[in-house]
Amino acid sequence: MASASIMFANATRRSMFQAMRSSSSRLSSFGSARLMSTYYTPAHEYCKVDGNIATIGITDFAQAALGDIVFVDLPAPGDEFEAKDSFGSVESVKAASDVYAPVSGKVLEVNEALTDEPALVNTSAEGEAWFIKLEMTDESELGGLMGADAYKEHCEKEAH
Amino acid sequence: MNSTLLLRRTITKATTSSTNLARRAFATSSSDDDESSLVKTALYDLHKDLGGDMVPFAGYSLPVLYKSENGGVMKEHLWCRSDSKSSLFDVSHMGQIRWFGKDRIKFLERIVVGDINGLSSGSGCLSLVTNVEGGIIDDTVITKYDDYVYMVVNGATKFGDMEHFQKQMDEFGGDVTMEYLEDSMQLLALQGPGAANAVSNILPSGFDLTTMAFMTGSETTLDGIDGCRITRCGYTGEDGFEIAMPAEHAVSIASKLLEDPTVNPTGLGARDSLRLEAGLCLYGHDLNETINPVEGSLAWTMGGPTSRRRAEGGFLGAEKILKPDGKLQKVAKKRVGIMGMKAPAREHTEIYDASGETKIGEVTSGTFSPCLKKPIAMGYVDTELSKVGTEINLKIRGKMQKAEVTKMPFVESRYYRVPE
Repeated sequence: MASASIMFANATRRSMFQAMRSSSSRLSSFGSARLMSTYYTPAHEYCKVDGNIATIGITDFAQAALGDIVFVDLPAPGDEFEAKDSFGSVESVKAASDVYAPVSGKVLEVNEALTDEPALVNTSAEGEAWFIKLEMTDESELGGLMGADAYKEHCEKEAH
Repeated sequence: MNSTLLLRRTITKATTSSTNLARRAFATSSSDDDESSLVKTALYDLHKDLGGDMVPFAGYSLPVLYKSENGGVMKEHLWCRSDSKSSLFDVSHMGQIRWFGKDRIKFLERIVVGDINGLSSGSGCLSLVTNVEGGIIDDTVITKYDDYVYMVVNGATKFGDMEHFQKQMDEFGGDVTMEYLEDSMQLLALQGPGAANAVSNILPSGFDLTTMAFMTGSETTLDGIDGCRITRCGYTGEDGFEIAMPAEHAVSIASKLLEDPTVNPTGLGARDSLRLEAGLCLYGHDLNETINPVEGSLAWTMGGPTSRRRAEGGFLGAEKILKPDGKLQKVAKKRVGIMGMKAPAREHTEIYDASGETKIGEVTSGTFSPCLKKPIAMGYVDTELSKVGTEINLKIRGKMQKAEVTKMPFVESRYYRVPE
């Protein structure tokens, strides 16, 4: 907090603008746990949002239903998707399943670890086995997704 | 065998519901299947107790895999090929038929392509049922016994097959009787390097498995129960047995086998990946009525170039497949093995030539091979491009992936050979 005040005191108009930006990023780093949220789709993708970056993968519920994962097909950095577009697939011995973009955006990063170790999806679906990081183009789309509680209920219904 | 002869009348009665079952078996969206209208095998409750994930297949409710410590398609598959181990499959959906009558061999050689007359007693072969166009109606394992011929056909096609047999019997007119064993007899398959060891636990003492050749069978007692049958054959490429028993004893016999910790209950998922590694066809996918034995790379079922059946023909559609001198007629497409692609290529994946510009065929079966840890597939390509080593492309998710024609089986088979 103290460093933010010094920055305000020394600022010209432009640097004040910069200072506000940097101070607000300091505020967000203090409050990062509050600002990161996880959203879910009915098709069992998750979407962890940090600022305007969405880290996307399939949920633990999905990996359990699919069985041993043997192959993951990922897009390339730079690829762009609209919400609900298929951006890749995840495959078991038996079948391939499309994975869909929960929100629209541009791919910043893909998880190369899944090329060599697709089974990571089974052991760490919601942790290490994220599929892509997307730079979101329309954060309002998050409003159409489920929160943790709603998703849990959705899974319970599906498992009848 | 204690089952009474189920003759024409029963078969005719079966056909009204049978065609519905046969059609539904081909329907890919099985979500329409009403659980209550599926037939349960004698092992249904046992499957559920073992953690079986039950799915509709050929009109029956069968486990696709088991949710258990050694379950899941991958684990079940790998177990089947592991030293000293074996896998137990419920294949009671398949059609078991016995043929009687003094003209049975003559009749059977009209409806299947193989040399049934030449089989010695207790010996069997893989054969194909053909239609008048030479197309394949079904594939079947036939074993000849002294007084009858035993035939096993696919579950999804059995009622359609029997309708066809009935029509052919009407035309043939001779002394032939078809006995469909219905669900009164159940069928289990035990496959793997440890299968002989495991099945010996339920065979009568003195039954010598070391001299029992692959593709032979005999009537026997199993776990002391009369009226059973054992055939050394299978669908995995491993040593194995198919055992038939009266339905009321199926659970006790299966349970006895499962007491052996080397035996693992195994579902349809692993059954499919195992047969694909072994280069074996799944009727309805790799074979259908529009495909003839030569296209299916199954000309060997008709015997070698100088064999009697090649020279004589005599089975339905023979003249469409064979030239008068017994040589094979040229075909436009052939079934081949495919490997080299990075992503699994599933059924209906389009196949293109090396340039990626011309479509030359389609994948009919594909998976990720648990043993090889890479994608494998089977499909049909233009005959000119069917040689092993031919470079091809597969259109997977809109992108061309390089692959090549390979030989099959993908994983070497380990069928049992009687020591010299």
